[in-house]
Amino acid sequence: MTIRSVLIANRGEIAVRIIRAAKALGIRTVQVHSAADAEMLAVKLADEAVDIGPPAPKKSYLNIEAVIAAAKAAKVDAVHPGYGFLSENGDFADAVVAAGMAFVGPSGDAIRLLGDKVSAREVAARAGVPTVPGSGGRVLTLDDAHRIAERTGFPVMVKAAAGGGGRGIRIVETLADLEKQFPLASAEAAAAFGDGGLYMEKVITRARHVEVQIFGDGENFVHLYERECSLQRRRQKVWEEAPAFELPQVVRKKLCESAVALAREVRYTGAGTVEYLYDEETREFYFIEVNTRIQVEHPVTEMITGVDLVQEMLKVAGGAPLSLKQDDIKPRGHAIECRINAEDPFKDFAPSPGTITKLVVPEGKSVRFDTMLYEGYTIPPFYDSLLGKLIVWGETRSECLERLAKTLEGLKIEGVPTTIPLHQTLARSAAVASGAFHTRFLEGWLETDFTETKTKSAEVA
Amino acid sequence: MSKIEIKSPLPGTFYRASSPDTPPFKADGDAVASGDVIGVIEVMKTFHEITAQDAGTNITFLVDNEEPIMPGQVIAEIEQ
Repeated sequence: MTIRSVLIANRGEIAVRIIRAAKALGIRTVQVHSAADAEMLAVKLADEAVDIGPPAPKKSYLNIEAVIAAAKAAKVDAVHPGYGFLSENGDFADAVVAAGMAFVGPSGDAIRLLGDKVSAREVAARAGVPTVPGSGGRVLTLDDAHRIAERTGFPVMVKAAAGGGGRGIRIVETLADLEKQFPLASAEAAAAFGDGGLYMEKVITRARHVEVQIFGDGENFVHLYERECSLQRRRQKVWEEAPAFELPQVVRKKLCESAVALAREVRYTGAGTVEYLYDEETREFYFIEVNTRIQVEHPVTEMITGVDLVQEMLKVAGGAPLSLKQDDIKPRGHAIECRINAEDPFKDFAPSPGTITKLVVPEGKSVRFDTMLYEGYTIPPFYDSLLGKLIVWGETRSECLERLAKTLEGLKIEGVPTTIPLHQTLARSAAVASGAFHTRFLEGWLETDFTETKTKSAEVA
Repeated sequence: MSKIEIKSPLPGTFYRASSPDTPPFKADGDAVASGDVIGVIEVMKTFHEITAQDAGTNITFLVDNEEPIMPGQVIAEIEQ
């Protein structure tokens, strides 16, 4: 069944992105929206729009019954969930299929299997994907702890098995330290949680975040190389690149092949991302999790491979075999994406909803701006702060950085504070240029290298 | 006796409790001390506590839990 009509169960820039892909394929588009989103760009672009409820996400975009009812009433063939909201809800995927429509993504079972941290880790291990070395289960004695630490190396994390939210965690640096800390940690866990059980996991210091784009149709599985998302603030990605910075070719091959092995293990359908921690010093990578949906940062992959991932999702969901063959996917050049948020980078990233009074988007062959904005649009306060993503391509990383810095100067968003000044500074930062980053880099850099005065004086210079 | 209004400084979603499983910060009719948290407002997935500037009695909420709120809108009234 080729998809002729699709309902977009999302909002913001990704809804716009999905509508554009659907239109390119001649697919009729139906956009759902909350009462607060009647004026959003996706509503204006879609062939039809349906109000599904009040502003609170729980009452609209997360309301499975309301979304399914809208899809049935609009008589669509398929539902695209975008990212966030219901995109990784296996029950929603099942409900779409039960209502006789195609879910643009993997099966409900696959979403549940890969969405659960424990079962996903088991799948990864079965597929031969390296996981963070550790005890696997409970560590009962100090002798056992010794043996595990010898295998994992130091530093190692000793964690209360019953703990959560960072409580009951100790980082142990040496064998002597372990002998001292282990009994203490056990006693502390027993006191805090009524359970002295401990487990151990290697600490990956200065890790980079590297992830592989995968695609499957249930029978054929490919990867579209990796992205690097090491620049994060409070575990939120801020800036993404493809390919990863100076990843050795042999590591890249192993990394990408491991992601395909995982896809094959679960006979994956649709677009997905396998996330890893990468230890630059040892050149080892470790599985973190799988995201069973399109990612915010998918455009950097599209820019270096020339593949339209969202169009491919729609085709595969309609039952077409994967049109991509591994040997035909040849990455070229370098792409960087900057997330432009309605946040004030000089006021601890305070969210800043409001009305856009002016919008100037630089254009160019190697420049792409995925956005939900238009002049006069009022950004509602009820959803996340992402306004758009500026994606720039270059033949080399340095060419890409240079073009990015110039393009950011031409991007004007007025009416609300945005994170554009942060990206302007990052694009000209020596640390970013030299790839001296890891997942904790940005938070430190913001403290020492990013202040209003420093940024202003750099502009004058 | 006069009424004092507690207004929202922000647009967003108003919550009367810190989580769905905990009781509200203040029940209708409660007394309020200056600096007491009376609710939180979610703005773009970040949470901001709303505190009373003045002490008072018999708080009456004019905005329901999980309802949208605009800057300047009266969240609650207290008596003095």
